Amino acid sequence: MTDATTTPMAGRPAKGKSLLKADERTRKRNAAESRFKAYGLAAVLVGVFFLLALLWAIVQNGAPAFTQTFVNLNVELDEARLDKNGNRNIDDIKKVSTFGYNPLIKDALIRATADMQTAVEEGELDKILSSSVGAIVRDRVIANPDLIGQSVEFRFLASSRVDGYLKGRVSREDLVRDKNLDAAHLDLIDLMVDEGSVERVFNWDFITGLDASESRPEQAGIGVAMLGSLFMMLVVLVLALPIGVAASIYLEEFAKQNRFTDLIEVNISNLAAVPSIVFGILGLAVFIQFAHLPQSAPIVGGLTLTLMTLPTIVISTRASLKSVPPSIRDAALGVGASKMQTVFHHVLPLAMPGILTGTIIGLAQALGETAPLLLIGMVGYIATNYPDGVASGFLDPNSAMPAQIYEWAKRADPAYYERAWGGIIILLLFLMTMNFIAIILRRRFERRW
Amino acid sequence: MEDMYHMDRAMNGLQDIKIKATDVNVYYGDMHAIKDVSVEIEDKTVTAFIGPSGCGKSTFLRCINRMNDTIDICRVIGDIRIDGEDIYDPKVDPVQLRAKVGMVFQKPNPFPKSIYDNVAYGPKIHGLARNKAELDEIVESSLRKAALWNEAKDRLDSPGTGLSGGQQQRLCIARAIATAPEILLMDEPCSALDPIATAQVEELIDELRQSYSVVIVTHSMQQAARVSQKTAFFHLGNLVEFDDTDKIFTNPQDPRTESYISGRIG
Amino acid sequence: MSSTFIFLIVLVLAVLGFFGTKQRALASGGGDRRTLHSLPNYYGINAALAAAVPALVVLAAWLVVQPIVVDRVIGAELPAATAEDRGARSLVLADVRRVADGLDLAVSQGVMSDGEASNLSADSNDIRERLGAVGVALGSDVDARTLRLAQDYRDYARLGAILKTIVVIAVAVIGLSIAYRMTDKDFRARNYVERAVMLLLIASASVAVLTTVGIILSLIFNTLAFFDSFPTADFFFGTRWEPSFSGRGGASDLGFLPLIWGTLFISFIALTVAVPIGLFAAIYLSEYASNTVRSIAKPMLEVLAGIPTIVYGLFALLTVGPLLLDVFGNDGILGVNWMSGGTAAMTAGLVMGIMLIPFVSSLSDDIINAVPQTMRDGSLGLGATHSETVKQVILPAALPGIVGAILLAASRAIGETMIVVLGAGAAASLSLNPFEAMTTVTAKIVAQLTGDGEFNSPETLVAFALGITLFVITLGLNVAALYIVRKYREQYE
Repeated sequence: MTDATTTPMAGRPAKGKSLLKADERTRKRNAAESRFKAYGLAAVLVGVFFLLALLWAIVQNGAPAFTQTFVNLNVELDEARLDKNGNRNIDDIKKVSTFGYNPLIKDALIRATADMQTAVEEGELDKILSSSVGAIVRDRVIANPDLIGQSVEFRFLASSRVDGYLKGRVSREDLVRDKNLDAAHLDLIDLMVDEGSVERVFNWDFITGLDASESRPEQAGIGVAMLGSLFMMLVVLVLALPIGVAASIYLEEFAKQNRFTDLIEVNISNLAAVPSIVFGILGLAVFIQFAHLPQSAPIVGGLTLTLMTLPTIVISTRASLKSVPPSIRDAALGVGASKMQTVFHHVLPLAMPGILTGTIIGLAQALGETAPLLLIGMVGYIATNYPDGVASGFLDPNSAMPAQIYEWAKRADPAYYERAWGGIIILLLFLMTMNFIAIILRRRFERRW
Repeated sequence: MEDMYHMDRAMNGLQDIKIKATDVNVYYGDMHAIKDVSVEIEDKTVTAFIGPSGCGKSTFLRCINRMNDTIDICRVIGDIRIDGEDIYDPKVDPVQLRAKVGMVFQKPNPFPKSIYDNVAYGPKIHGLARNKAELDEIVESSLRKAALWNEAKDRLDSPGTGLSGGQQQRLCIARAIATAPEILLMDEPCSALDPIATAQVEELIDELRQSYSVVIVTHSMQQAARVSQKTAFFHLGNLVEFDDTDKIFTNPQDPRTESYISGRIG
Repeated sequence: MSSTFIFLIVLVLAVLGFFGTKQRALASGGGDRRTLHSLPNYYGINAALAAAVPALVVLAAWLVVQPIVVDRVIGAELPAATAEDRGARSLVLADVRRVADGLDLAVSQGVMSDGEASNLSADSNDIRERLGAVGVALGSDVDARTLRLAQDYRDYARLGAILKTIVVIAVAVIGLSIAYRMTDKDFRARNYVERAVMLLLIASASVAVLTTVGIILSLIFNTLAFFDSFPTADFFFGTRWEPSFSGRGGASDLGFLPLIWGTLFISFIALTVAVPIGLFAAIYLSEYASNTVRSIAKPMLEVLAGIPTIVYGLFALLTVGPLLLDVFGNDGILGVNWMSGGTAAMTAGLVMGIMLIPFVSSLSDDIINAVPQTMRDGSLGLGATHSETVKQVILPAALPGIVGAILLAASRAIGETMIVVLGAGAAASLSLNPFEAMTTVTAKIVAQLTGDGEFNSPETLVAFALGITLFVITLGLNVAALYIVRKYREQYE
């Protein structure tokens, strides 16, 4: 070794130090390295934990909404009360109001619980049932007057408190100050469950049914709101897809570099980041205040969401147009196609899978969007009617899934919270399906050039 | 110069073997990139690795300071020793190894920091300076050794990315020297530079030979002939021939070497 | 004739035009399509476009303009005192419209004959009842003037509908006949069609501009109306937000400061959660994680971004709020009694932070990946550890991009609505306690526009003033962020 290297410089470690022994400083640095890495891993785990906590809360709280407690009862449809004349005249039968049926149901309850030890007074028995039951029996009788005089088996909705008791949401202590139900009712329910006349079954009505008034959470369903969302999404699809694709084709294929193009580009990138509530204000001011379209109508919701979704569709469409290599364009132009023919015959079909993927993702975003719907009146409306037809589906007041969920979350009865979580499960299933389709499309058709 | 080198070698015999590689194989996934390479690299010598693109010369270079560790699919089998110590021993910390084996890359890659901070980066992380004055001294001596001091001394605080290509590469060399390495690996250090900058860097490499064992990968045979004393010719992952540079260029033993030198393969 | 029907007629004309013109083109070429300038379909499309596009544009314009014109004409018949007061005028007009619509409905359901509806007089005071029978609920009995105006309104509307039918169909026929006449084997149909398609493309692209213009106009006009009736300074510098319930008017405190304070406070909490977690997650995933871990963890984090905000809102209201209350509330685990209700700035901020994690992490991930690999090699080659490389080389190099990402996240937080509507509470307060209920600009926009308030009262119009401040703030943040990110990307391209 020469002198130059054996003389250590100021502060430098002597050369020729063994690599096999880690010095103190290296050990410290490696510890810092592991700590840093651990922070990163912890951050990822925290994020994943939040996701799992969220999903757990949703499933835990929402799953009970898909089952409902029913009471099976044999109701004697007493001819003396329902059809005094005995001639099955439908008009006479209709004269008997819902209240006329309630005593029959009470009787049925008394008979059903006759051999049970219960502290519930006979007059209080029907509090275990939903207040909708009289109407159910009446509708059935009016639909089929021949049932009068027979003993018919009915499956009645139990009241939401009873339902909550069986789902573990309501306990005896909760009922101390409740004026509808007391602990004795719950003892009776326990007996009826043992006997088999009270049961929890899958609740189709929650998925397909109507919303209900504030006091009858057991009856509420999300079906009508689902239709409202469907009509809104149709509007978004029919408007946003063609307009978005046309705009992207112009910007990507034809637009010259000038101020107008710059203006549009800046607008699109900024609109993509405008808070959704601002689009709600726009919808309120333009479609309702100015154009006098009906409030709460899916068409207004659809138009508002269209404007909100356009930037998403434009951005993804432009990306997929851009990914079609210039050689395709050159080839088409080279055989004498016009620029327009080149784009519509060659570039657009090749970009289609990407465009559809972007559109589905945009639709999924629009489907879950709530804030703009609040402003155009799709909340606060109680969706208790199915639309009569396609036109009324677009124009009649309706709710939408996220708006319905928000509405339920605001109601006072905790039984509605369960409905809200259940609605979220349905909403997320739709979103998952849409994203899944988008992923499949991308996997199946994506081309690598 | 040349004579001194030979005298030196004769005096020290085998003692100044700095890097000794035995039967090194490297795989990228299923690809067998380096096949049974054994080589002995001497101290205070410039050794050039030449060969056509994809022959494995850069891959082998990156084995010497374990930069290949950063590539997930890369596996290294075999034995590489520096000063007799197996650098792939589990007890060896690649961080310490890389402080001892500096590296200069194909494209000048100064950090987006000032010139001073670029050079001070290594000494800082390795704790080589006890105080600011020592750090200043290290920065100055490194820049001097890299022949950049005169150009950079008045603008130490300006960003390293603002220098010209040749200056940037010399800055990267200064940065590598600052950690007081014993070996300098250079991966085509001049391929992104113009001829004048290349000449400056080559001159610098020749001076660095006084203090370090320099291994340089190059595409250019002329460069290998100009700067190196030993040359290794790689072809398809094999080390075909390794000998004194004069000998390789004037009297190659292997027909493949001869074809490459005369421009028939490459 | 209804607009739907007119629309269908125009479409039928267009289809007929397509086939007719195509035939004519072929005939002019003697049946040999090779003699034509363009493909036969282009002649057809040209005619179809000529028939449909101008007619439909006229139809759309008519639908927008007619109600405005009718309103103006009817408004001119109002007594001067009512006409000058904007609020009263719009109230009366709304009544008129409702009665007119009711009459239309009654006629269409056969409850009234058409003549009866036109000749009803207010003395036969069963109007309210009869309209109620067809499902039109009127608040009060109809006075004579309103009824007369409603009848006028129907007359004008009917006249407008007849004119509309004639004009639209005439435009369609004229367009079609011009195109038909021009059709000839030498006519350059393709060029015309392409020019028309180009116009459609440009029109579509302009929708974005129109949307922005629509947003700005609807915000500005209503904001000006708000400042007509409420002092500007009291809005911007007021420290109390206490709108009186609608109807009483006056006496409302509509101070902006507590709302923007709540907004910024909650956004700050959200960013304190999201930025460290998102940034560290991005660093871990792009620098350390193996491919397997990345391919699982990255989509999982991105799922958080795809969940609708209403879900986060519910999570805040029903899960996180009660949980925080159990810890920090009265009789809580810590016994500190900082929190008196589940809805608080902390609740909303925490949940919003969770929502923003994937936003920060995927933006930072892109930005960290844009730092060239040679930087990493350079640092590792000097013997730096991976974390030293990240902290001292990659992060400083990526800093502008990360700042841009954080600004975008901040703009997202400021504009977020559902989480704060459900999770933050309703009381506006200028408090420093994160466990206290707070409210934000977005939450108050919702509250003021969904109440039963009169549209023209300051309590409702204030929402537009809030909207415009929100729009300006988020726009500013976005423009700044996009500018910074673009500059950053250019540096490494």
